[in-house]
Amino acid sequence: VTTTGTIRAGAAQVAARLIIAVLCRVGLCAVGLCAVVGCAQDDGQPTQDESSARPGGALTVEVTNDTAYALPAPKASVEQRRSFFVGNSLFSNSWVTAPSSVVGRDGLGPTFNAAACASCHVRDGRGRPPLAEDEAASDLLLRLSVPGDGEHGEPAPDPVYGGQLNPRAVLGVEAEGQLFVRYAEAPGVYADGAPYSLRVPTYEVLELAFGPLDPQVMMSPRVPPAVAGLGLLEAIRAQDIEAGADPDDLDGDGISGRVNHVWSARRGRVEVGRFGWKANQPDLEQQTAGAFLGDIGVTTSLFPSENCTSAQALCLAAPTGGAPELEDDSLAHVTLYLHLLAVPARRRVGDEEVRRGEALFREVGCGGCHVPTWQTAPAGSDEGLALLQGQTIWPYTDLLLHDMGEGLADGRPDFEASGSEWRTPPLWGLGLQQVVNGHMFLLHDGRARGFEEAILWHGGEGQRSRDAFTQLDAASRAALLAFLGAI
Amino acid sequence: MLVCAALSAGAVSCAEDDAATQGPTATQRQGAVTHYAAVVYASYQESAARVDALKVAIDAFLDAPSAQTHQAAKDAWNSAREVYGQTEGFRFYDGPIDGAGGPEDRINAWPLDENFIDYTRAGAGLEVQLTGIINDPTAYPEITAEALIAHNTASGEKNISLGFHAVEFLLWGQDFNADGPGDRAFTDYLTGADATAPNSDRRAQYLRVATAQLQADLQQVLAAWAPDVAGNYRAQMSAEDPDLALRKVFQGMGTLSGAELSQQRAFTAYAQQDQEEEHSCFSDTTHRDMLANALSLQNIFEGRAGTFEDATRFISPSADTSLYALISAADPALADRIRAELQAAVDAAKAIPAPFDQAILPSNPEGRAKLLAFVESLEEATKGLVAGAAALGIKDLNTELAE
Repeated sequence: VTTTGTIRAGAAQVAARLIIAVLCRVGLCAVGLCAVVGCAQDDGQPTQDESSARPGGALTVEVTNDTAYALPAPKASVEQRRSFFVGNSLFSNSWVTAPSSVVGRDGLGPTFNAAACASCHVRDGRGRPPLAEDEAASDLLLRLSVPGDGEHGEPAPDPVYGGQLNPRAVLGVEAEGQLFVRYAEAPGVYADGAPYSLRVPTYEVLELAFGPLDPQVMMSPRVPPAVAGLGLLEAIRAQDIEAGADPDDLDGDGISGRVNHVWSARRGRVEVGRFGWKANQPDLEQQTAGAFLGDIGVTTSLFPSENCTSAQALCLAAPTGGAPELEDDSLAHVTLYLHLLAVPARRRVGDEEVRRGEALFREVGCGGCHVPTWQTAPAGSDEGLALLQGQTIWPYTDLLLHDMGEGLADGRPDFEASGSEWRTPPLWGLGLQQVVNGHMFLLHDGRARGFEEAILWHGGEGQRSRDAFTQLDAASRAALLAFLGAI
Repeated sequence: MLVCAALSAGAVSCAEDDAATQGPTATQRQGAVTHYAAVVYASYQESAARVDALKVAIDAFLDAPSAQTHQAAKDAWNSAREVYGQTEGFRFYDGPIDGAGGPEDRINAWPLDENFIDYTRAGAGLEVQLTGIINDPTAYPEITAEALIAHNTASGEKNISLGFHAVEFLLWGQDFNADGPGDRAFTDYLTGADATAPNSDRRAQYLRVATAQLQADLQQVLAAWAPDVAGNYRAQMSAEDPDLALRKVFQGMGTLSGAELSQQRAFTAYAQQDQEEEHSCFSDTTHRDMLANALSLQNIFEGRAGTFEDATRFISPSADTSLYALISAADPALADRIRAELQAAVDAAKAIPAPFDQAILPSNPEGRAKLLAFVESLEEATKGLVAGAAALGIKDLNTELAE
């Protein structure tokens, strides 16, 4: 295979990428081979290096400080930029208890995890688990469900505590309970004898206000991910995501890759899931409305009922901040805000070690699920914002569900996702997480203390790549980590 | 040079590429930094003095509550706001006010969680909800500075319970009036045998403590900008490369103008159209906040500090150490353009009708047009400030990160 052609959206390009992904998975990947995707040579189009250096395409910002996830798309129109800041205001400022003078911002709770989106998505970044055994979880939330499905296939909530543990409440209402985590170190060694250690979490819910959780309760702890670049992921066409699925592993590479099909409350139909740790949300609007209700206790037209179960009398009796509390135009501003958050440019472009790490990333098969590059919906199509269309992006995800093995399993199904499946998270921007959020905790519950541990936790469909990583020598491992730190 | 001058009248300054040779000298740059620090100090000094006066007025009010002493306290709050608002251009670069350990979120946080502080009603004439720290002696036995600081933005949360707006709420109360501010009665503070409102002694204590904390927080900022104090922020800024210091100056102005004031405060209120989507919602003085913030930009650019009536009362600009003078040395036309843009923003701010909460309503197209004009004037001024910084060799200014 040689490198030819300009970047084009559409089936041919997707097919080419899939072929390459397959070749890469079966070990035929060479550095030059994957360059077929998203690159071109003598026709004025960007090379792969140039393209991947700007992972958000036109939504890329050159920034390496703690504002790296927080900036608007450089080419947003005046109107979009204004809406972005209205959304930012609603994302960042705290919600207050109803009734209050600021009617557009009251309706916190009655029970909640946080008073503002930005409380947990600090600087639009990633939250963290507690740092000590006696520190109650704050950013880290706990999803709850019992066996069975809801009306549209969603998880059935705990009958007393609802679908999510809310550790805080407005004055006069009981907080539901507090989540604590303890870790046990699990040591291991690389092929070259170098030691490592993973921390295995145990979760405990204390101070339960309404007695014990349901005996059959299933719990899933989750940290909030960074939110920059999500608009571009929504701009990937559903058919392109579906095209990458291989549910029965027909190519026999040990990687299935399934689409989660979830309920769209806005459109009243089943759609491709793409957001959330199990891809249980179809789009940013619903993801946002779901988080406003589940995390902050703020209702929207999509989710108009306060999350007080019938067992929670004080919660049910508390004043509300209107119906809904977050009005449709405000929800639209926050949603646009999330669409327009730009992606930081790659660092260390052209650096030899990073280049080597990038090759190793392919060789050990990471790219089988962390698919490096995508084309967003074609310019001029009727899907999404024009600003986000026709972009070559480098998120390093296939947006599909993969069985990640027992070690990571939460045992809690979510629509079509099983208790051991997780959606491949994007990797772009993670290299700046330390700068933005002051920690490098990774994976769905923040148990990994950096890239290395996150890789070592991979089981199931990721087992083969994880094992290949453990066979690398120290310099090669360092190179791969350097690559992850640069994207 | 002729080509350059002609071009520089346009949107983009060509001086950007040769600022090192044609721009202001290193001495001028250092002089501008020195003058900036003097402007900052004078502004905070007056702000702190007026908060001290507010404390005196509030103590007098609480010692002898009456309509007169109540009004005097409210007047003192307005006086303090007028000057504090003119310090907000000193934010957004991790300086003493809002960098690590800075007290900004105790001084000026918004929106206030009024329900977390004292009783509220859901609307005019509706039943009082007896909530908040003041009305819950069991859960909050002591109202001390330490306790309130612990509750303010506690554990990653933002139950905003301190600062100017907390004092404002405790003086004015909720605003349910179309044509005026909140009308909390002074009798809320009558204690002992005269008491008519529950927990009035605790309310008085809260107001005293919150005002005292405001004093302490402003003193903290003031100390960081005091002249001739080894190792304080001002000393560090004076010692650093003046271009690095000037980058901070422009970033503060550009962020206030480009993201915070124009977008987060003015346009957000315009878009939300909710009564009380305004920072000083209890006192109905948000139009004054807007003017004070716009003046803050103009003050820094011109190198002065003052009041609404007398813009140079505390510091007068010197001929060669204002930002105007500095940019003039690189590109006189650009300096004049920025001066005009900032004047336009100040004029637009003055044109916003009061009360602000009525000006933003859909039923008031004229008020809304004035507010939008203010937004647009700041958007233009921001471009000017970015170009002005670039003319001094300060590239890629980030003005997009609001609070």
